[in-house]
Amino acid sequence: MEYLRNINLLTNYSISINFRNFGLSKFSLYKIIKMDLQIKFEEKIFENKRRAPDEFKIIANTLRQDIIKSLLLAGSGHSGGPLGIADLMSVLYFGGYINYNPTEPEWKDRDRFVLSAGHMAPILYAVLARAGYFPAAELATLRKFGSRLQGHPGLDVKLPGIETSSGSLGQGVSIAVGMAMSHKLVDKDSKEVYAITGDGELQEGICWEAAMTAGTYGLDNFCWIVDNNDCQIDGRVKNVMSIYPIKEKFEAFGFTVFEIDGHNIVEIIQTLDKFTRYHALRKGKPVCIIAKTYMGNGVSFMHDNYKWHGNPPNKEQAAKALEELSK
Amino acid sequence: MKTYEKKGDKATRNGFGEALAELGDTMPELVVIGADVTGSVLTSFFQAKHPDRFFSVGVAEQNATTVAVGMALSGKVAVFSSYSAFAAFRNADQLRVSVCYNEANVKIGGAHSGITVGPDGATHQSLEEIAFLRALPNLTLVSPCDYLEAKKATKAICEMVGPAFLRFGRPAVPMFTNDDTPFILGKANILREGNDVAIIACGLLVWESLLAAEKLQEIHGINARVINMHTIKPIDVQAIVDAARECACIVTAEEHQVHGGLGGAVAEVTAKNSPVPIELVGMKDSFGGSGEPFELAEKYGMTWKEIYASALVAIERKKGTYNKIRQVKDVATYHEGL
Repeated sequence: MEYLRNINLLTNYSISINFRNFGLSKFSLYKIIKMDLQIKFEEKIFENKRRAPDEFKIIANTLRQDIIKSLLLAGSGHSGGPLGIADLMSVLYFGGYINYNPTEPEWKDRDRFVLSAGHMAPILYAVLARAGYFPAAELATLRKFGSRLQGHPGLDVKLPGIETSSGSLGQGVSIAVGMAMSHKLVDKDSKEVYAITGDGELQEGICWEAAMTAGTYGLDNFCWIVDNNDCQIDGRVKNVMSIYPIKEKFEAFGFTVFEIDGHNIVEIIQTLDKFTRYHALRKGKPVCIIAKTYMGNGVSFMHDNYKWHGNPPNKEQAAKALEELSK
Repeated sequence: MKTYEKKGDKATRNGFGEALAELGDTMPELVVIGADVTGSVLTSFFQAKHPDRFFSVGVAEQNATTVAVGMALSGKVAVFSSYSAFAAFRNADQLRVSVCYNEANVKIGGAHSGITVGPDGATHQSLEEIAFLRALPNLTLVSPCDYLEAKKATKAICEMVGPAFLRFGRPAVPMFTNDDTPFILGKANILREGNDVAIIACGLLVWESLLAAEKLQEIHGINARVINMHTIKPIDVQAIVDAARECACIVTAEEHQVHGGLGGAVAEVTAKNSPVPIELVGMKDSFGGSGEPFELAEKYGMTWKEIYASALVAIERKKGTYNKIRQVKDVATYHEGL
């Protein structure tokens, strides 16, 4: 703990130097913090292609390590949710499902991904860095003054790969519906739009307004993934305000619904394949994937514990988590 | 000195609806989101002409706003219109985070604004949205004074890049600007020259301000400057500072609460640059009620009479003789028959 206090002091001190002396660049600031904590982000990029299931587990673990490291350096932020969707995100972004081009973030033929649960930003940043949108070293700036890695994704800081600001729950998925409408109904092209919401997020009424719209317009280019870990800040979702049954609700709104184990890579692959096939066949219905996940998956002491919704690990916890994830 | 003649009556909502339908011909990227009241806000004109780019999402203003954002982030110019009471408040969070923070190219039409929506009553009389909207970063906020200006303003906000909100009304109101009247976003129009008092108004009270200025001239020989502050954000600071320096007293007039609206914006500018006495004409911190539009305008004090009386007060305050005619508000009643 003594050591941790020193880190905090050093971090604050570095920032105050940065204020006083504009000659000290943001980059050198990260270096000071980085050296002291001995946290390194190895520059490694993964390709977006069809892979064997085992490869996704390796990618997902890299993402999880990035999350732990960036949250430790940030000193605040959400741990549990991002860890829980690492498997899903590794398949989505590195399995050839979402079409994107890191060298041309505004590529007009790209598919869209919206992280409606904006507080899970650490996983999105880790994915974008590993996809090659920006150097992994920048993950060390999460939530810091002057960083492009805002606490919740912000479009204003122009981090490549971010499609919209999100963080006010429910709005992102409604924006995604607007994007899907734009592609399917105005441009009449074949772009796909993916959105991830939390399950607690479904308590927001706008989610159901968006669901109604997606169903009514038969947005078969739209894939809505619900991260169903049954955890939110105050406790179990079913205890805070039940949103169950989810499947029947989405079906009633006109979705084709798949319930999967969000940590089973094979199931994730098969279900995303179904979505792309349904889209290719113009089935005329949006797809909802209810992914049963565990908050904090991959880190034993965070596993399925809602207390890890909104907290970062301290140094000891981070060290333990990184050790577990490197096995 | 009559500078502007009334040429019939027409609603500002017609200007909005007609402009959108016309813009649809030249702007293939223009899309309109409807939230059930299309026949009232007149996006129905666009719908009839361009049905393939009109999308109804039902009575769901929050979703309508963010769906418009999704369209805008996919390269469209997305317009959403509903009653101002619901297009600025029901979706307030969406406006703040998804429209303004994203700097999305979304245009909101706030219809049926102000007290003059009439019989619908207090729930539908939006008199507070300027206060909220002008606090939002990145937003352009326009309140046109008549049909033709509403038409020009609609085109201007659709052609600019970034979030914009157009506030307009339901009833037929005097048309007095013409094709040659300039309209530049952020640049106020001086409709009448004068150096005794400056009347800064927006929306339907611009016409009332012109009437008040005529009465002031006729009865007291007072030369009032009338400024149409059609763009409330970004506000024309220079026009306000000039008015403060040259007239040394100001009356603001708006169909909105006196707190946080155009009056507040003018007071902020003068307080910083050139403090002068200001009288605020508008809704005095209360809700409205049912009635005919202009009955209500009379009752709640948003006609030429209050502007006229407030101008006299402002001038007396400027001269330091205000105490002598403290009851000057009664002048309005006195001159009622004029």
